[in-house]
Amino acid sequence: MLTHLRPAITLTLGFTLLTGLAYPFAITGAAHVLFPAEAIGSLIEKDGVVIGSALIAQSFVGAGYLHPRPSASNYGATPSGASNLGPTNAALIASVAERRAAYTAENSAEAPIDAVTTSASGLDPDVSPENALAQAARIATARGVDRGAVLALITKQTKSPLLGLYGEPTVNVLQTNLALDAEFPMPLVGG
Amino acid sequence: MTLISYVLYFAVLTALGLGLAVWMRCVFEARIPALAWVDRIVLRSAGVNPDRQMSWTAYAMAVLAFNLAGFVLLYALLRLQGYLPLNPDGIGAMSPDLAFNTAVSFVTNTNWQAYSGEAQLSYLSQMAGLTVQNFVSAASGMAVGVAVIRGFTGPKDGGLGNFWADMTRATLWILLPLSIALALFLAAQGVPQTLLGAVKATGLEGAEQIIARGPAAAQIAIKQLGTNGGGFFGVNSAHPFENPTIASNIAQCLSILLIPVAFCFLFGSMARDRRQGWAIFAAMGIMLLAGVAVIHFYEVAGNSNLGIGANMEGKEARFGAMLSSLWAASTTAASNGSVNAMHDSFMPLSGMVMMVFMQIGEVIFGGVGSGLYGMLLYCIIAVFLAGLMVGRTPEYLGRKIEAREVTLAVIGFLSMPLGILVVGAFASTLPSALAAIQDPGPHGFSEVLYAYSSATGNNGSAFGGWGASLPWHTTAIGLVMILGRYAMIIPVLAIAGSLSRKTKAEATAGTFPTHGPLFVTLLILTVLILGALTFFPVLALGPIAEETARVAGQSF
Repeated sequence: MLTHLRPAITLTLGFTLLTGLAYPFAITGAAHVLFPAEAIGSLIEKDGVVIGSALIAQSFVGAGYLHPRPSASNYGATPSGASNLGPTNAALIASVAERRAAYTAENSAEAPIDAVTTSASGLDPDVSPENALAQAARIATARGVDRGAVLALITKQTKSPLLGLYGEPTVNVLQTNLALDAEFPMPLVGG
Repeated sequence: MTLISYVLYFAVLTALGLGLAVWMRCVFEARIPALAWVDRIVLRSAGVNPDRQMSWTAYAMAVLAFNLAGFVLLYALLRLQGYLPLNPDGIGAMSPDLAFNTAVSFVTNTNWQAYSGEAQLSYLSQMAGLTVQNFVSAASGMAVGVAVIRGFTGPKDGGLGNFWADMTRATLWILLPLSIALALFLAAQGVPQTLLGAVKATGLEGAEQIIARGPAAAQIAIKQLGTNGGGFFGVNSAHPFENPTIASNIAQCLSILLIPVAFCFLFGSMARDRRQGWAIFAAMGIMLLAGVAVIHFYEVAGNSNLGIGANMEGKEARFGAMLSSLWAASTTAASNGSVNAMHDSFMPLSGMVMMVFMQIGEVIFGGVGSGLYGMLLYCIIAVFLAGLMVGRTPEYLGRKIEAREVTLAVIGFLSMPLGILVVGAFASTLPSALAAIQDPGPHGFSEVLYAYSSATGNNGSAFGGWGASLPWHTTAIGLVMILGRYAMIIPVLAIAGSLSRKTKAEATAGTFPTHGPLFVTLLILTVLILGALTFFPVLALGPIAEETARVAGQSF
């Protein structure tokens, strides 16, 4: 054992310097130069204030906005979290039924599955296109615009699966809401 | 369409594995003079002569000494992080039991997470602590893997190699270059890599949000490539910062299986009989595909309790059921343990497939190096069973398999039932341990079973609702992780040492060939009989009971 002590300690310290400091510092430097916006978290600023990250869901409750998927951690990003409830858990079944009723009441539409289940991260930035389109009528009414215009905007915001083979089509909630604000500003009263 | 997606995915994975195996052989045999020159300088400075062969006992002692040094350093870092630099969010010391659990977890290549990264770790601990072990615990497994291949396939008295040289080469020339490439790709996709602390945002509707970030891309790259799996953030690769796009997901999912797949082909190449590598690859691949099919079926069919559509509870919209199923099967087959969806919320039988993958000892590709040496234990048992059936002395790759090898292989396997069934039994009966269970009904028992399967198999994924931070479990799980790692490494090195001293016999007409479909079938059956049947009774109490109840419309 003793003969192994010197290499064990030397190599542990050596690899700590190389893989624990040099490697992450080098990647940090490279990422800041090559991908400056992504390296610091794809933040979105408006009038000099950080309003969020394009990758991180935030809460939206107003009738004029697209609403994100339910979050078990209430959109808290420190720490992130899921419900982790099992498939036969009565508490899960009850809260899904509750969300479904609320969604239907709010949108006068059937709730797609992603609108009533909590995401894995609690920070899912996307919704399914079905979910987004089902909310269009409510958004259009609140903004006093034609439903067709909102539908067209949502379709424009829809991202396709990779190569048409992998993943699901999605609509980014924050970016869609920014686009809504830009194209159809909220009426000053009501909504 | 789905079928095309899977076929293309696995074809790309196989091609990458074949290519990497060629490179790995060059690295481990020090065939590239410039790289060998660097190795020599590094190793000389640590007082090592890289050409000096080690006996199996010396090799094992070196692994233990190196892992012990890593454990001590990591434990100290976690306890002292509050006083050390690179801590912009002012995070304090980890408690002793949690620091023990975390240090063991990363040194044994398990990456079980009883903590939440963004809340309980400073950037220094993430980088100089966890990232380092992500590299060197993986490199330790790869070194043992290569040593075992040498013992099985090398010439008589050819030796097992030198641990320090193998570990250093694996880190410098395999893990590091792959990690740099993957980290930069992930950064381009949107994974943060910054030393700035959390940022406060004011949402469009005025709600405040604290967004945790950090040097994530560098750590995530190695966590996938080294079958580590410990996330930068608590929800791991489900977090949009760890895995922001479908492209980042595909790249990470491929990385999970890349080196374990390459190890199969490295084995065939070093055995100078590629068919041997393909046979092991086929056995592993068939079991993986079967698991993917089951999980995909249940997740796409969904949970009728929640409504029509795929089972989206605990899944991200961008990945959907398919990419979540593929990941769940890959991460439990390889002993990776990172997740892109919450395993606790998968359908009962999907969860069972994941548990079986871990309980059989992480041999379906498995951990880097460790998956192959685990499967070689099954190969020994398979040829032993074949030998009993036809009444001949069993041979593997021309070497006689005798009582010593079979005994050692069985000792290696015993660690799984010991950690899962014996320690797990205490964990599911003692009142002080039961508080960790979140879900009522059979699913609650599945949570315990999954935890101890994951820890003993050195996987690291969890049914996340289970309270892993309870001190009873941080301690018990810490101990079974040690058991699962070293009670496998030591016997398998002993077998390799013993085989390397035996004369290689030429194959005759009476030799049982260990490549064709017959051997692949026998190997799969051995895994299922020896591994899976041991755990069938306990699976009946968890996922099978839950599925039966679900079909009958019962909830808990």
